[in-house]
Amino acid sequence: MTHDHDATPAMPIAGTPDCERALAEVYTFLDQELGEAQRAEIMAHLEACSPCFEAFDFEAELRMVITTKTHSGEFPETLRIRIEEKLTYLRIEGSGGVGSDDGEEPGRGA
Amino acid sequence: MANQDAFAEQAMEYMPQLYSTALRMTHNASDAEDLVQETYLKAYKGFAGFEQGTNLRAWMFRILTNTYINSYRSKKRRPDETELDDVEDFYLYRRMGGLEAARASRSAEDELMDYFTDSDVQAAIDALPESYRLAVLLSDVEGLSYKEIAEDLDIPIGTVMSRLHRGRKALQKQLHDFAIEKGLADAVPEAPRESP
Repeated sequence: MTHDHDATPAMPIAGTPDCERALAEVYTFLDQELGEAQRAEIMAHLEACSPCFEAFDFEAELRMVITTKTHSGEFPETLRIRIEEKLTYLRIEGSGGVGSDDGEEPGRGA
Repeated sequence: MANQDAFAEQAMEYMPQLYSTALRMTHNASDAEDLVQETYLKAYKGFAGFEQGTNLRAWMFRILTNTYINSYRSKKRRPDETELDDVEDFYLYRRMGGLEAARASRSAEDELMDYFTDSDVQAAIDALPESYRLAVLLSDVEGLSYKEIAEDLDIPIGTVMSRLHRGRKALQKQLHDFAIEKGLADAVPEAPRESP
């Protein structure tokens, strides 16, 4: 399990300071967590630098694979029915019980 | 103040999504159903504390995640005991990024879609230590923001980012290992291994 620090990269990743700045933000970029200005700066770099574009593109595609390939569980409709029944029961019980939502103070802690 | 009657109208649409997250968290349909049901009951009871106009989906996810962490996780998983090896950035791209060029006329996306099965991806996510696994699930699969994940897991945003960063690289390494097992990663030069 200890290997490959000397791996010859199959795909070159460019090494200018601009590239490094862009590559360091690949995840924040894909996660849509960057501010406008920084996002625009990276977009401009990606338009100008095809190695970086390729690397970003690959990461974006991989993300899509991960999202797609994990969304396969069938949703059991019986669960919806069961939960709706429970909630209806709670609601009836609540409205017939101690008037929980008329006169009281809003139950907020802070 | 939110009215509990409004809850049923507003929150039901998130159920399939919450269920699929619950299923991935627990790996078990009956635990997942119980988890979602518990989430809805807690949310209903606490709905007065939900601020209308804020993100209901995120709020529901927070309850789901908390319920999972408090009631289910301890059963099978031990959090945070394993640390991740450091994996280089763009691990998979460096090794498999050239495939579409090598095989011509197909996009990288088609290739990756074909290479990795649902169970590969699921297994790679599951191989992550719990705290990384949850962060990656909530981000890559559910699309939650860093801030939402930070709130759900009760950790600082910086920690969310580092868990995502390291978790994703470890995930890539695991996927690459699968690709090697299947003989798919030979198309590009790969890391020198022990001895041929």
